[in-house]
This record gives sequence, C-alpha cells and structure tokens, in this order.
Amino acid sequence: MTTYYTDEHEWISVEGGTATVGITDYAQAQLGDIVFVELPAPGSNVTKGGEAAVVESVKAASDVFAPISGTVSEVNGALEEDPALVNSAPETDGWFFKLSVADAAELEGLMNAAEYKTFCDGL
Amino acid sequence: MSMNSEGRVTRPENTASAAAPATFTGNRGLMLEEQLIFERDDYGRTGVDLPKAPLVANLLGGLERHRPIGLPGLPEPETVRHYTRLSRQNYAIDLGLFPLGSCTMKHNPRLNEKVARMPGFADLHPLAPVDTVQGALGVIHELGEWLKTLTGMSGVAMAPKAGAHGELCGLLAIRAAQEARGNAREVILVPESAHGTNPATAAFCNYRVENIPATADGRVDLAALEARLGPDVAGVMITNPNTCGLFERDMQRISDAVHAAGGLVYCDGANFNAIVGRVRPGDLGIDAMHINLHKTFSTPHGGGGPGSGPVVFSAALAPFAPLPFVDKQGDDYVLVEEETAGEHHGASFGRMAAFHGQMGMFTRALAYILSHGADGLRQVAEDAVLNANYVLRSLDDVLDAPFGASGPCMHEALFSDAGLAQGFTTLDIAKGLIDEGFHPMTMYFPLVVHGAMLVEPTETEGKATLDQFIGALRSVAERAKAGDAALKAAPALAPRRRLDETAAARKPVLVWKDADLPEAAE
Repeated sequence: MTTYYTDEHEWISVEGGTATVGITDYAQAQLGDIVFVELPAPGSNVTKGGEAAVVESVKAASDVFAPISGTVSEVNGALEEDPALVNSAPETDGWFFKLSVADAAELEGLMNAAEYKTFCDGL
Repeated sequence: MSMNSEGRVTRPENTASAAAPATFTGNRGLMLEEQLIFERDDYGRTGVDLPKAPLVANLLGGLERHRPIGLPGLPEPETVRHYTRLSRQNYAIDLGLFPLGSCTMKHNPRLNEKVARMPGFADLHPLAPVDTVQGALGVIHELGEWLKTLTGMSGVAMAPKAGAHGELCGLLAIRAAQEARGNAREVILVPESAHGTNPATAAFCNYRVENIPATADGRVDLAALEARLGPDVAGVMITNPNTCGLFERDMQRISDAVHAAGGLVYCDGANFNAIVGRVRPGDLGIDAMHINLHKTFSTPHGGGGPGSGPVVFSAALAPFAPLPFVDKQGDDYVLVEEETAGEHHGASFGRMAAFHGQMGMFTRALAYILSHGADGLRQVAEDAVLNANYVLRSLDDVLDAPFGASGPCMHEALFSDAGLAQGFTTLDIAKGLIDEGFHPMTMYFPLVVHGAMLVEPTETEGKATLDQFIGALRSVAERAKAGDAALKAAPALAPRRRLDETAAARKPVLVWKDADLPEAAE
C-alpha cells in the first residue's frame, strides 16, 4: 500500500486497483471541528482535480477534490453520524471514499509523506 | 466621594472588591433572564377574549381538532416584556458600532423611516389601479433613474429582493443574452476574492463554476483569467471592491478580455458604498450589477431582512431585464407587464417576483439619496474609505494586515491571525471584543486569508467611536499575542459565556417540544 498527498491536502492510499481518499491531519487542524461531511454517491465517476466531496467545519465549508480519476466504489457512512472522526482519525477511520483507479499514471506527480511534510512546513 | 452640583452622592464607595453574587432569579442586576415564550406559558391563558364561534354547519367531516395545539397565550404586558427583554439581549446598530465586514452596518437615518411610514406609501396594495398610485410608481421610477445615473448603466430591474436575488437576476439576463446569441455556454468564472454567494448563484443557473486564483496582493489574477477565457465561458462574476476590501484595479482590462472572448461581466455591487459617486461601474465595462439598497443606501437590515437588490444593466443586457417595470410616458407612470410589454420588451427573461420589489426599501433609499444629493453620496464613499484606512493604519502595528503593503484599502480593513500566541485564534479576539461591548468583526472570511478578521466601520462612525473601538481591539489583540489565558474563556462579562459552537452545529436542537403536550396530529 502506498500513500500519496496532494497540494489540496487530500491523501490517497492505493492498494491494487483500489484507492482510499481522505483529508490530511494538517487539513483537519486548519478546518477546526468538522460538523458535516457530504460524500459522493457510490458508483459515480470523479475526475482528477474535480469536486468529489464537501467538508464543513465551524469555520468554513470546503470542497474535497479527487486526487485521481475513478469510480466511487464505497463511501465512509460512519462520517454521516460522526463527522468528528475526521478530526480524531483523519488518515485512518476518518477516510472519505474509495475509488477504483481509472489510470494509475495519474498518481505520478503527487507527493509522498516526506514531500508533503516539507510542503506543509512551507505554508 | 464624588458629588454632582446638587450635593447628591453619585458614586458609592468600596464596591470594587465585591464579587458578583448568585441570584435567586438568575437575573444579573437589570439584565434579565428570559425563557422561551412557550416555557413562560401554561397555554390556558390568553391576552384577548374571543367570542365563542357562532354555530355554523360543520363541514370538516370529522377532521376537527379536539386537543390543544400548544400556542402560547400570554397576557399583553407579559408579551410586551418578553419581546422587550429579548431585544435588550440583542446588539444593534442603534446601540453601538457594528463592525461586521462585508455587511455595511451603518446608521439608518430617521428621516428615511418617517418617509417610509407615510400612509401613501406604507398602506398601498400591490394590485391598486395604477392611476391611484402614481406617487409610489414615481418613487420606483426616480430611484431607478438615480441608480442608472450613479452606475452609468442603461437599464434597471427593481424587483430583486436582496443581493443574492439580484445576482440571480443578473445571471438569468446573461444566460438569456447568450442564448439569444445562439449558445448559453457552460462556465461562469468566479475569482477567489468574490462574495460566497456568487458561485452558488452561477450553479443555481445551471452553470459550472470555475475558480480564478487571487494574486499575492489580493486581487484577480488577470493572466490566469485571460488564460481560461474561451468559447465555453458565459461570463465572470467579480466583486468590486472585493472581499479583501480592495479595488480591482484591472477591472477595465478584465471586462475587455471577457468581452473579446464573447463573455459578459457580472459585478457584485454589495460594496458599492465604497465607490458611489466616485466610480461608475458602467465605465468599467460591467454588464450587470446588483446594488444592495440595504447597504449602500442605508435601508435597515440584519437578522435576515428585509433586503433589496435592484440590478442595473448595460445596453447589451437591458433588453433581457425582467418584468414588470415602471416606465414614464409623458407625465404618467405606467407598469410594463407581460400583457403590455409588446415587441420592445419581448426578450425579457420573465419575472423575479410577484410584484414590484421592496417598496418600503425604495422609499427609504430614495429619501437617503435625495437628502444626501450627488455631493453627499460622493462623501459617503470618501468617508467609508477614510474610516476603514484609519482602522487599518491604527492597528497594523499590532495585527497582521496581509495586504497592507499594497496601498490603501477601500471600505473595510482586513487582518489575519499571524503573530498571535500559540493556541490563540481569531475566535478568541472576537469573543474578547464582546467583553469590551462591541459586536465582533466578520471572522474567517474571506477564505483567502488565514484567520481573517474583516472590519467595516462604515462612514457613519465618528472619530471618537473609532478610537474607542481601535483601543478595544488593540487591547484584545495584545492579550492574544501575550497568551493571556483569561482571553480563552472570553466572554466573561456577557449574559452567556463562550458557547459550544461545535455541539450546536453537530447536534442542533431546532424544535422546542413540550413533553407534556399531546402530539398535535391525531
């Protein structure tokens, strides 16, 4: 399993042809307490860089973009009842949705953990 | 001991050390606790005696209700007190400075109120025959003419009920104009510095919204905009002055580029009070712009209403303006409606509202315009900008002003949370201001600035009030920079301490229910 990061603060973990997407610990800290998450419909197609989900905190509502293109295979229903999971476990239990990867080549150019940390330190 | 000239004691001694006691009532001095009106009531009472319903044939077929429905029924004095107590817990522009950025909470002149209450305006029915309401139609027409003159535009729609409704009106006109050219197109470009309602409006009109980034100095990135323009772009929505409180200096070049690509330019005119009398948006190539009468022209707002958002149109868009509108034919005012529009207005996209708009706001706005005159309106903009720059420059040594180096601001001063002590946020500063007796500024907006604090003092505040506010904000900011733990618990002096906003958003209690009351539906 390999995890990549975007400059829009999403993470994407890829295993075989399936990828899991969420927002990073840095993102949840910036947003503050998450109060609502809107997830894509299972079966819908998302395109790299396109809006895939919405996350709303006490401060602001923000779009979550798809790091790569693909078809949504599963969404994290637990977030509807307990959006605080995004705050407490953003990169594990607080995942947003899973994708069947359309084109693995789109992963090229995303950051690895070390590169993303350097990116955040520069913000 | 201090005494006034009659020898009466005006200041008691030795009060400083007394701690606030808990009270039997929960009231704090003359600040009264107040329950919900449902909790104050036992349902059985009522403030009025109603005669028993006369015996009439029951046509309800057994569907009549036999159980109480739980409407509160207080005696008149308790009803008056309930709402008066609630009003005392509110903060209002009539109590003090209301520095809410992007909202333009300025003084509402009482002359406006006097005019709006004249029975000839206040008591009209919207379906009254037009020959009996010539004065009211004259007000709508004259106000529209003023708005066209002040903006340098050709057409005006008076019906939109508020800013976002005006945006919808403008976008519907843009869509109608593009359709008339043969293709509605698919995309509306919205810069990051635009009002948050703009992308929502474009999406509502079935356009795809694409963001245009801001430059480092807080303005539209012209190069990025030009690179994105193309045959799929129906238009752009730009807020000018923008939500960073900055004038879009490239507005003319933006309009030229959009027009060259076949697009149309919508301007969010919510911040028109910063430029009224100084800049005519029509001269900058703008095709449609809404004007918030409740901001620029001082009609009262807050708590959700009432707004009024007339839209002005360029010559290119004017034929698509909605119906009905007031026209002047000779000495008479006439209503141009669907039946009377004829071929001259056949391109109109339709109606925005059942009738003619917010009449009560029209009378107030026209009273404001006429009492200020053209020179007075110009001074409105100048004073709004002067006051905001006074706030910006009085505080930029203690608070970070992200665009302070790019020159003067317009009508609002923008600060960020950079430089606060570890763990201290914009929210702490807002809560600290409540203890100081001020409504907080707008916070966490615009999104392009981290921990944004947006202060709009407006032109109606004098220097003494601004100095007091600046002193208060300076004091709170210094506490936040020094890491004063007491500030994390602010407000300490308000009727309620800091509220749990997260719980309120995650588990809102939206409906009050009395457990003892039977369900209304049988």
